[in-house]
Formats: sequence, structure tokens, C-alpha cells
Amino acid sequence: MSDATGTTIDLEKWEIVVGLEVHAELSTRTKLFSSAINQFGGEPNTNIDPLTLGLPGSLPVLNEQAVELAIRVGLALNCTVQPNEFSRKNYFYPDLPKDYQISQFDRPIDDEGHLELPDGTVIGVERAHLEEDTGKSTHVGGGGRIHDAGHSTIDYNRAGVPLLEIVGKPDIRSADQAKAYVSELRSILMAVGASDGKMEEGSMRVDCNVSVRPRGTTELGTRCEVKNVNSLRSLGRAIEYEAVRQVDMISAGERVQQQTRHWNEDDGRTHKLRSKEEADDYRFFPEPDLVEVDPGEEWIERVRAALPVLPAARRHRLSEASGVDLAKTAIVVERGLDELCLAAIDAGADPVRTLTHAEHNLSDERSLDLDPGAFASLVTMETGGDLTATQAKQVLAEMVSSGGSPADIARAKGFEAMDNSELEGIVDDLIAGSPDEWQRFLEGDTKVMGFFVGQVMKATRGQADGKVVTKLLNSRR
Amino acid sequence: MTSKPGTYPTAIDIAVSVRSGERTASEVLEDHLARIGSSDAEIHAFNHVMVDEARSTAEAVDSAVEAGENPGPLAGVPVALKDNMCTRAVPTTCSSRILEGWKPPYDATVVQRLGVAGAVVIGKTNMDEFAMGSSTENSAFGPTRNPRDTSRVPGGSSGGSAAAVAAGFVPISLGSDTGGSIRQPAALCGVVGVKPTYGAVSRLGLIAFASSLDQIGPFANTVADAAVLLEVIAGHDPGDSTSIDEPFAELSPHLDDGVVGTRIGLITEMMGEGIDADVAARTREAADALEAAGATVEEVSIPAVTYGLSAYYLVAPAEASSNLARYDGVRYGNRVEGNTTDEMMFATRTQGFGDEVKRRIMLGAYALSAGYYDAFYGKALKVRTLIRADFQVAYEKFDVLLSPTSPSTAFPFGDKTSDPMAMYLNDVCTIPTNLAGHPAISVPFGAGDDGLPIGVQVLAPPRGEQQMFTTAAVLESAAPGDAE
Amino acid sequence: MNDRPSESPDNTESPANDGGADQSRISADDVAKVANLSRLTLDADELELFTHQLADILDHARDIESLDLDGVEPMARPLPLVNVFRADEPGEPLDRAEVLAAAPSVENDQFRVPPSLGER
Repeated sequence: MSDATGTTIDLEKWEIVVGLEVHAELSTRTKLFSSAINQFGGEPNTNIDPLTLGLPGSLPVLNEQAVELAIRVGLALNCTVQPNEFSRKNYFYPDLPKDYQISQFDRPIDDEGHLELPDGTVIGVERAHLEEDTGKSTHVGGGGRIHDAGHSTIDYNRAGVPLLEIVGKPDIRSADQAKAYVSELRSILMAVGASDGKMEEGSMRVDCNVSVRPRGTTELGTRCEVKNVNSLRSLGRAIEYEAVRQVDMISAGERVQQQTRHWNEDDGRTHKLRSKEEADDYRFFPEPDLVEVDPGEEWIERVRAALPVLPAARRHRLSEASGVDLAKTAIVVERGLDELCLAAIDAGADPVRTLTHAEHNLSDERSLDLDPGAFASLVTMETGGDLTATQAKQVLAEMVSSGGSPADIARAKGFEAMDNSELEGIVDDLIAGSPDEWQRFLEGDTKVMGFFVGQVMKATRGQADGKVVTKLLNSRR
Repeated sequence: MTSKPGTYPTAIDIAVSVRSGERTASEVLEDHLARIGSSDAEIHAFNHVMVDEARSTAEAVDSAVEAGENPGPLAGVPVALKDNMCTRAVPTTCSSRILEGWKPPYDATVVQRLGVAGAVVIGKTNMDEFAMGSSTENSAFGPTRNPRDTSRVPGGSSGGSAAAVAAGFVPISLGSDTGGSIRQPAALCGVVGVKPTYGAVSRLGLIAFASSLDQIGPFANTVADAAVLLEVIAGHDPGDSTSIDEPFAELSPHLDDGVVGTRIGLITEMMGEGIDADVAARTREAADALEAAGATVEEVSIPAVTYGLSAYYLVAPAEASSNLARYDGVRYGNRVEGNTTDEMMFATRTQGFGDEVKRRIMLGAYALSAGYYDAFYGKALKVRTLIRADFQVAYEKFDVLLSPTSPSTAFPFGDKTSDPMAMYLNDVCTIPTNLAGHPAISVPFGAGDDGLPIGVQVLAPPRGEQQMFTTAAVLESAAPGDAE
Repeated sequence: MNDRPSESPDNTESPANDGGADQSRISADDVAKVANLSRLTLDADELELFTHQLADILDHARDIESLDLDGVEPMARPLPLVNVFRADEPGEPLDRAEVLAAAPSVENDQFRVPPSLGER
């Protein structure tokens, strides 16, 4: 692998260890502790109330829906949903209206779980906790001179928006795996209706803890936390850059310092923000303005019963029903086509062909509206030899865009299945007209098969089924 | 100047006369504004008198009466608010430079409830900055004088609200009590002061000092007036997560129930060392008076209360250090400019806060900081558990408890300003109830050797306000009155 | 401020210098650290005075050190309340103009601050 600057590390010698902290904005109507609207964008400082601005005398009251969503995510991540409480995390920053953040510290709502990547790898989840988002500062540029260093303006619309911070265990071993983790987590959050998953709008933000160690060792290396990773692409780049940087340091006999670093998209590097020693003393203590939360069995079970089937379970279900490899079911499930495929398979369609179509020929969103019976008929027409693969693809596209039964569409397109006697005549004529090629075929030159199939296709304007042609040719030997 | 309580009409009298049309709210208001006008330059009970707002409120009350409506239990009654309760578009300062001139864009829940009850909010009273102090000397706008002896402090931190009632500027007022800030100034000014059960009165719009200890409560010249005011402001508020979601006790109908058979415990730990002899003597007399009225009185030990002061001076500053972080010059309040946001915040806070506030912020930050949390803050929270448990044991045997409110009568200005610890000791009898979350009331009971008022404290279990008020009413009628 | 000789923190007695001092007493360094955490600037005189006063207060708090508190639950809140929620329903927002009018510095309907160094 290589980083942005082109240097590489030897993955036989080194192992990358990554743990991700994902902040997901929850899809509530209002903020975590107040009735101001939770909405992206909008005129600055319009979604405000006394608490959002941290006005003197304002008090927080917990949004029940945020708790509900945190329970959903917790269950979806196989966590224990437990009695929990809020604490104050104290630090001064202008976009933090109270100059403390109400978060969960030693008693998070969701404890110890895991998620399964499409390839079956299981990544641990340490915890997930509720906390409030900050406002947004915008730097207004100065002229670059010291007396003109610019200034910042702050919009508190985002302040107080509910966040669920999902803290993953350092179980990730590559940049690709990190990307798979985030995208799996995103699917889960969207599946349970907890978040819209829009990374580009900041609905999901990722901090990555990266360390390296000699392959074969078990002790964790000193980690750096990389912030400002705003897309899957930059997540991969940031991890690779950071791993190379750390290996280079160790290889040069230096020690990696525990730091918080900032990913710069423009130069493709991470830059030091602060060292461990400079880290704030957050002085966590139990939030006295809020009371304890105990979801209780009844609530948890009600949420569990209402959960949809989650991506991992859907992949397993589809893999089992189709006999197709688990990893190959991922794209179908991601597109939400698994129900369609399962129904088609149930209706007698060949599982492998069904999934192949779903993977390659059903990227159109309208595919979700396909009638499973019609889809099954199409697959059966194809496997029964009534349609060639090319024809089936065309018919399917028409079914998606305009609807209709595959038989009608095939007929309208003139894709009448050729009967074998007509095809046999064509094949025999061809053999008679190409004695040299036929001789080479008889002598075992299998490459000539392609020539004959091609000629038959040409003669039938592509309507012949390649498999049938092959069978006929072999029978003539 | 000196004045005595009881020489002005009570809130109940005013409300009755206004509702009956005998007097108008506007007349009542002008009487009180006149008294403020003639004497507040000396007393300095008020940071801000809301002349215009109060006049229009009074007119509205009068219109309601004319229209045959009932403006409520506090119809036309002038009320003063400690300057840490948010009043929309009216300056709310906490007696701090950092908030000087700030006008909140919303009303505190108690302010809304006073409005609904027909009260006329007349002004914002002086206090120790951010309610940190026991003498009102920590106000950035200068101290309040005790109307009973203007060379002495009124107590604190709600000194302005206590003095306003004692001086006859208002019949009733609201203060806030975190470690005794209503009861101690009530005792020193010779008025009634109540700290309700934690959660009985909404804190929404009360500018926080220590969130787990703060409660708003009434000052009045009579127990009955305090009861009416508390009934108006108490009750569940969905805007305060720590508000008790049950109806508040009925107080007024039970004030004459008497104490026959009531079991009263006199707290041993609050009668000995550190309590002035005259204060202890009046407290014993109060116990005797209750016994004479039919109660049984015994001494009771509540051992853990001796650790109250230590626990309090870790818990309250810890919470304060966090609650006061928001005064950073960004969104409201006064800013001192700097070249960076950080410099601006340092300059704003360094110049905006007084020494006592800085002391407590730093003490609190220290108690919470890495490596010290368990030894200080964590331990203090456990002491709270012990205090509550010891009270609980006592309340198995007693209905209410009795103690002095303050160890001494009002002291001269400057007496304790140079020694924070000496000032803190003022609250030794009042702090334990805040730590436990329990209610307590201070009732004037005679005077000290110096002729200054002494207050006796009646403590009750959580939500035990009814019996607490009944007991207080008996004490009030048995009180010897002023020595003068 | 100038009527007494100014002392730098180096001149004040520090526990480290007089060997026998109680190591657990709050030091000037500790006070400087919490002042910084609290965004407060102290001059040398203030640092000395506050260190002395905070040490006195903490000395008084020593009485709870001797208590055996093992197994005692901490009491962070006076009431044993659980699950106090609000419905996820929007309320009336504050009037932006009223709020911005009370702000120290405003630009484009936002709160204006001097440049921040670094980010979180």
C-alpha cells in the first residue's frame, strides 16, 4: 500500500490497527435537550431557544425519541442497553454554548456489542452514548498579517442536535476494512431510522484512532487520533497516510507520540493538533440538571420487536437461500433487492441467475418496484433457453423502466425463442461451409468453438442461445 | 434607620383589599414605590426597580378587578425578585459585572406563575455575586444594608430580598437558597424565609449557582404570607427535569392546626460549639414554646451534619465551576476584547467576576480535576448520602427538627470579608438541608444580646412542608418579639 | 496594587522548597493550573492569596478524609427521579433579533468572536 506521497509500508512486516469513533446525528424533530428544531442548514441562529444558546437559567429536558433511537441502534449493534446517566464534559470553546457538553461518561446507554462486515468479519463495539452537538464556527479570513488575523462567526443551529457516539474497538486492520465498517454502520443507522447517514452534511462524522505494530505482535502501538475525516474516501486516505507516517517514524528509530491530528484533505496529510499532555482536563461529573435513564425490559423489548431485519441478517438469509457466497450478497442487500430476489427464488427462479441480475442489471432505483413473479418468469425464460442472456438483460431493463410481463416484452422485441431444429440447420450449414475450421475443432482446438458460436449468433442476429449452440456443436463431433 | 416587621400590610391583606375593590393595585404599588424611593438609597435592596413595568401590571390587575374577574391569590401584591431570576427584557445581573445590563429573552417559571397569580413584580434585588456569599458584600454593585441596623449586613446571598421585606418595600419577595441563602438573611433581617424541598419549585430561569442544591423560596413578614407565596410558585414544571411531578402540599389551610402531639427533635450538633449563646438560648426557648403548645421535644443527634460544611464547599463550587463557564463573552453579557477567542475569554472572565466567584470556580475546578475527583468531589457526594441517611433515621422518630438558623445575629460590614472560612461558617446550620434536598424554614424568634433579630429553623423531611409551616406558625405566635 | 512589593511565584514559599511541608496541600502550581482551566488570569499577588485561601478551605475539608465511605453510594442528585422526558415536539424558538441585540458582537446574524487558534 502507499500513501498520498507515494511511500509504502511493507504489510508483511507491519500491521495497522484502527479503532473508529463515529458521531451520528440522530433523526429527531427537535434537539436532544430542548424543543428547538433539529434541521440541517437554514438561516443562521434560527433554531434556537434558551438552552441552545446556553442562556443563564436554561435547563435541559431529555428528548424521549433520542433515547428510543439510541436503544434501536444499541440493539442493532448487539449491545446491552442499560441504565445510564448524563455527565458534563467541561471545556471552553466558543461553539459550545454552555462551555460544557452534556454527554455520557461512565454510564453510556449502549454497552459492548459488535457489527459484522459483509465479508463476515466481526468488529467489536465498545459502547454507544448520547451527547449534544456543538454549533458551527466559520472562519472569516484576514489579510494574513498579524493585526488582521481574521475572526470567526458562530451559528448555533446545530448546537444541541442529538448525537450518538459509537465507539468501535481497535479490531480494524486496514483502510478498506475501516471503510467497510463505516458503510456497514451507516446501513444499520439508516435501516433502523436513527440517522439519514449523510456524511456530506455531517450527519456522520468519523474520528479514527490509528496505530501500527510489527506483524505477529499483540501489544498495541501508540495511537494517534485523526479528526476531520468527512468521507469514506478521506477515511481510507487518512488511515493510510497516518500508518505510513508512524511506520516511517518507528523505522527511523523515533517514537510515535500520542497526539490528536487533523486530516487535511488538500495536502493529503495529517497535522498535529495537540499532544496528550496538552489534552484538556474535562472534569466530568454527573449532570445535576438531568435525572437517570432506565429504559427497562419492556421498552427495550418493544423496540427489539419492531426492529427491521438488519443488513447482516439479510445477507445471511440471502446467501443461505441462494447458495451464493456471503460476500457476494452485500451489494444486493445494500440496494434493498434481497426481498425481491428471495421472492423470485421462492417462485422457482434460478438463485445464481437471480442474484447475477440483481447485482449487474438492477442498479436503477425503480428496480425495487419489480414484481417478483415477473422477475422469476424472466429468469426462468432465460435458464429455460427461451431468452439469451443478452435478451434477458434487455427485457429486464424494459420491465424496470416501463413494467409489463417478460413474455410480452420479449414478444414485442421479436425475441422469439428459436426452436432447435431451425438452429440445427444453421449449425449444419455452417459446418459444411467451413471444413478447415471444423477439422481443427475435431482435432481438439477448442478456440475454434468461439468462431462457430460467433457465426451462429451473426446468422441469428444474436437470438440463439450460446449454450444450446455449444451443445449442438459438440454433438456433431 | 431602623424598622420593624409587622408594621406594614401583609400580602394577604393587600390581595383581599385589591380583590374586593377596597384598594387598587396601583395605589398599593405607589405606596411601596414611595417607600423604596425614600429609603432604598440607604438600604440598597434593589439593583433595579421596574417602575414602568410594575405600573402597567398593576393597571392590568385593576382592570381585571373592574371587569369582575379574580386576578388571583396575590392580586396587586408587590413582589421583589432576587436578581438571579430571569425577567424578560428586564436587566438580570446576578449582581455581577459580567452580566450587567443583560436582558433575558424569557421569563423564569416563577415569574410566569407570579403573573398568573396577579402579583406585581416591582424590582430585582441585590445579592452576593452569583449567590456566593453570606452577607451581600460580594455584590459588584455595593452591599445591601440591614434595615434593622444599617451598620450591619443583611446576610446573604439573598440579602436584597430579605432587606426589601424587612424595610417594608414589599410584603413578600423571592430568594434562592443553595446553602442557606434565604434562611440566613431572613434570620438576620428578622423575617420569615423558606427553603422548599428540592424539586418543589421550578429552577427554570433561575440562574444556576449549584444545580443540585439551588431552590427558590419566599421571604415574608408572616408565615401565612410565605405560605401563600410558596403555594403560588410551587408545583410541577415540565421544563425542569428535577421538578417533582406531584401536586404541592396545601399549606394555608393547615397553619392553625397546632403542634399537639407533634414530635420535635432539637439537633444536638447545632446547639454547641460555634453557636452564639444568645442564639442557642432563643432556640431553646423556641423548643420550650413548642412544648408548651403541646409538642414533645427531645434532643436528637444527627452525626453526619458536622461534615456538611466540608461536603458543601466541594459540591457547590464544583457545580458552580461548570455552571459559570458559559460567561465567556461570546453570546451575551459583557466582553473584554482580546486578540484571540482565548484571550477574550480570559480577559472577560478575569475582569467580569469578583474574587469570591473566582475562588469558588477554582476550588470547584480543583475538586473535579484529574487525580482529585475521588478524594474531593466523589467523597463529598458520599457524605451527602450519609447526611440524608442520618436525617432519615431522625425523621423516623421525629416529625420535624429544630435548630438555630444562623450561629450569630447580623454582623458588621467587613467583619468576615478577609477570611472566607469565617464567612462560610455562617451557613453551618443551613447547609445540611440543602445537601439532603430537604425543606426548612427560618422564623424570627426574639432578639440577641445586641437587640438584633434571631431566627429559629424548623426542618422537615422531603415534601414535609405542611407540618413545617404549621410548626412555624406556632413559633411565630409564641415569639417574644423584639427586645427593643 | 503597587503599594506592596510584587512577588513572583518563584519567591513564594513552595512546598517543594521546604521539605517538611505537607505534599497534599494545594500548591501555587495547582492554583495556576485550575485558574487556566477556568479561563482566569491571576497576577502574582492573587496567586499567593488564592493559594493560601484555597488551602485553608481544603484543610477544613480534611475532616471527611477520615470517614470510612467504602460502600457508600454517591448522591449526585437529591431526588431519586428516573426517566424524565419531553416529547419530540418543536416549541417556539427565541426571537433572533432580541437575542443578537444582547450579544457583545454580531456579524451576518451570527455571533462574532476573535480568531480561534486551533480546533477541537
